Amino acid sequence: MDSTVASTGTEEKTWGGGNKPLRASYGKLMMWFFIVSDALTFSGFLAAYGFSRFKFINEWPIADEVFTHVPFLHGQELPMIYVAFMTFVLIMSSVTMVLAVDAGHHMNKAKVTIYMFLTIIGGAVFVGSQAWEWATFIQGDYGAVQTNGGNILQFGEYVTVDGVEKFKRVSIEDLAIAQESDRVDHERKNGLWFVDEGTLPLYTVDEIYAGLEANENVLVRNQFLDENGHKTVLSRAESLKQIKENGKLVVKGANLEVNEYGTTLFADFFFFITGFHGFHVFSGVVINIIIFFNVILGTYERRGSYEMVEKVGLYWHFVDLVWVFVFTFFYLV
Amino acid sequence: MAHEHKLEIFRGRWKFKSNTEKIWGVLAFLTLITIVEVVLGIYKPDVFMHTWMDPLEGGFFATLGNIILSPIVYMKPLNLIFIVLTIVKAYYITWDFMHMRDETGSMRKMVVWTAVFLICYLMFILLQEGGYVFNVYNGDDALIKHNF
Repeated sequence: MDSTVASTGTEEKTWGGGNKPLRASYGKLMMWFFIVSDALTFSGFLAAYGFSRFKFINEWPIADEVFTHVPFLHGQELPMIYVAFMTFVLIMSSVTMVLAVDAGHHMNKAKVTIYMFLTIIGGAVFVGSQAWEWATFIQGDYGAVQTNGGNILQFGEYVTVDGVEKFKRVSIEDLAIAQESDRVDHERKNGLWFVDEGTLPLYTVDEIYAGLEANENVLVRNQFLDENGHKTVLSRAESLKQIKENGKLVVKGANLEVNEYGTTLFADFFFFITGFHGFHVFSGVVINIIIFFNVILGTYERRGSYEMVEKVGLYWHFVDLVWVFVFTFFYLV
Repeated sequence: MAHEHKLEIFRGRWKFKSNTEKIWGVLAFLTLITIVEVVLGIYKPDVFMHTWMDPLEGGFFATLGNIILSPIVYMKPLNLIFIVLTIVKAYYITWDFMHMRDETGSMRKMVVWTAVFLICYLMFILLQEGGYVFNVYNGDDALIKHNF
């Protein structure tokens, strides 16, 4: 170290220069600074999510009822399983990353290559899983009716499974009775050429109402939670009245405007926060690929240090760190 | 550059022979925590679903007590467990995967204290405000009706 610093005769003094009080390189420090500021961005998002959730604390969707799907296990309700798998994949890719860093300290090019490759695979699996999770969420499962006030009314019936009475959801597809309707999709060719309309909902509220009337045992449940944390199920008369008087739009799935599971803010925050995190994972994968090729080309071998692997490693672990919090606040709490 | 690692976790109760071994050990620990979280999240044991303590009633000291004990008074024990476990996981990811354990003390404090202080501040402000808005919507004198 001394050979690179001009001798000023003040080396022994604290403020004489040439000191490295933090004993970390410039690049690593800057990565830490970036991580701190990025951590604040994410905590801003999560705090905003907390704000909205506290604001609607008695009607927030229950995550266990929203994220129940697992690929290839169609029609089974398995909350938490898939997201636990995703968490494990990300932690595992963090482990291969730290093993790559460790191999880099020993200047072991072959091992760094393998571990970097595994890290990239882990990241890709995670991003793919997240895409699937999004697709499932957008697709929705049972559908619901949105009221004039923006509340969500879902359908279901009481069934007894193994001696326990349960509220089993009924899908709008099974409920609706198709009716003649004059309402057609407005397109540029059949209406005003300068006005567009999005796709019409699958069913009209009248069709749902007819179905509800015909099925005696189907009840409506609104989004307000009772003291046990379950959504309130309305009486038969109240169910019919709510749909008749307040039903406005039939929704299925979720997007930035409607959400069949409850308040729309839940969907907005879900897309925004997991999207921003997924974007971080994606850019992490891209950076990892660049570093991976540099390792193969021997750039760091020639440089005499694998510190670059360490720096992207810091970023990659940070992405994992953020996911740990997203997992807790979106799926667990 | 020398790369000496501190090889013990749990305040020296568990010491590893090499850095690689430590990484696998930490992975085992993190996986265990995640499994505990998932099992609790699926089964939601009844004991953890209701607060163990009601808010204190009374004057100034009761309010003070409620603030100090707020994680027990206002939060479901299950959620408190999840948050504590999350922070434990974050600690081991930062300390062992990001090698914070091997950095100098001043560097560690520079990063961790700054982030922790600002995040706590942000959380406090926004959650407090969220609770207030909830009361504006749902209090006895609320002007907004939710009956549609």
